[in-house]
Amino acid sequence: MAIPTITGIPTTRGARIMLDDFLLRAALAGVGLSLATGPLGAFVVWRRMAYFGDATAHAAILGVALALATDLPVAAGTLVVAAAMAVTVAVLAARGWAMDTTLGVLAHSALAFGLVAISYFPGVRTDLSAYLFGDILAVGRGDLALIWGGAVLVLGLIVWRWQALVTATVNEDLAFASGIRPDRERLVLVLALAIVVAVALKVVGALLISALLIIPAAAARGLARSPEGMALAATAVGAAASLLGLRLALWQDTPAGPSIIVAAAGAFVLAAVFGRMRHG
Amino acid sequence: MTLIEARNLGVRMGGAQVLQDVSLAIRPGEIVTILGPNGSGKSTLLRALLGIVPPATGQVIRAPGLRIGYVPQRLTIDRTMPITLRRFLSLPLRVGAAAAEGALARVGLEGRGMLQMAALSGGQMQRALLARALLARPQILLLDEPTQGLDQPGEAAFYRLIEEVRAETGAAVLMVSHDLHVVMAASDRVICLNGHVCCQGTPQVVSTAPEYRALFGLGTQGALALYRHTHDHAHDGADGAAADHRDDHGHGDGHPHGDGHSHDHGHSHHHGHPHDQGRPHHA
Repeated sequence: MAIPTITGIPTTRGARIMLDDFLLRAALAGVGLSLATGPLGAFVVWRRMAYFGDATAHAAILGVALALATDLPVAAGTLVVAAAMAVTVAVLAARGWAMDTTLGVLAHSALAFGLVAISYFPGVRTDLSAYLFGDILAVGRGDLALIWGGAVLVLGLIVWRWQALVTATVNEDLAFASGIRPDRERLVLVLALAIVVAVALKVVGALLISALLIIPAAAARGLARSPEGMALAATAVGAAASLLGLRLALWQDTPAGPSIIVAAAGAFVLAAVFGRMRHG
Repeated sequence: MTLIEARNLGVRMGGAQVLQDVSLAIRPGEIVTILGPNGSGKSTLLRALLGIVPPATGQVIRAPGLRIGYVPQRLTIDRTMPITLRRFLSLPLRVGAAAAEGALARVGLEGRGMLQMAALSGGQMQRALLARALLARPQILLLDEPTQGLDQPGEAAFYRLIEEVRAETGAAVLMVSHDLHVVMAASDRVICLNGHVCCQGTPQVVSTAPEYRALFGLGTQGALALYRHTHDHAHDGADGAAADHRDDHGHGDGHPHGDGHSHDHGHSHHHGHPHDQGRPHHA
């Protein structure tokens, strides 16, 4: 099974225009997704929801199986299963389950069940790597609309609830005393996460979605002095990593999704070194 | 008029009865302290009054439109979140620069707005929380062990600050504590809690109540003595009384000070009240 690469591109003039076009679409997909993963990733980092992100993202593979079985669009199947997983985890957390273990069980089980379920659809087996690692170079116009629609929706949701979300993240009792319902704000994040998983599947794949949430936000931590600054910086790092990663993929003929994460990791190291130099 | 009231309040958590048949009422402008040993349900009572914890029995009645300023027991800002003190004051309602600076000045943090929350000391953090609570122009302040983790000078200063705030704003104060001595000096009324209300009344009345003694043991003798002692000072009009204490303690006889208890109070100041050198620590 081949991880999608851009080898074997014909070099006729017409194909070159097409190449420009699909690269442009890939770049737009990466930048659009960063609008959502930047601010959401900041909350994932602040609330230590990394494993939570993993569980939700891994459930996407199960969602793919559901979509294949029911002839639903892949994004719809993913959204449903990711949302169900996210709500399940949130409910278990509220009941005081040991989250580390519970999330570990759920995340890996969802992935394994999904892979087993997909194996029943023989035609899909060869596409599996596209679901696991993304296929950003194959993003079509419809995908682009979906990615931007989902990302803008998530961004809007987070901007709308921003003050309440930040207050509830700082301290839930403090938020409650100010008339905020922390459980509702948590649900906002959970749903935002499910939407991001559904639209990011095409870009970086189920295995790397949480990397796209966490690494740019972690890189942004050392560069920011306020929650808003960190969310903005995470968006900028995510967008830059998408563009750099695509360049890297084009130049070195490497898989695009993982290349984007490699670029983000590079930004994280740079930010850490820069932060250390600045603070002595 | 009553600001906030609990009527026969009962709270269960995880199958255990944490509070039972608790009734209390807070009126405008009074400072009330809930005193009780660890695990007596003090924090749960505050959280039930705020509505965070639902009552299993009885009810909580808040005056319509009541503005509450809440200072939680401890606030740990995750190191992954960059946030300045100034930005923290604007959560969740954005406040103007003048109001924010005014609140910071009130708690002795003027000009510190650009500090990162994660870099604040324990005492600064409590003051920051109080400043944020004051910005809501509260009719009542709810403080959950506000001096936990402070040293004795810090503790005394914080309670003085609370009294000043009450005097200026007329806000009622309901606080939870297990520091006996300072609380008694600073409170109009003390409610002694151990799952239920054991006794309540003025500090003098409560400190002589058998229920209170049963709860806190012999150690109360010393605290009572100290209470009377500081109380006298307040009536003498000696403004610096508490400050003098601090110095005495700071440069006294080398007793450990950092643990927030009152065991060495009897030793180093110069007023002839009963000592009780052998008494146990209060927890």
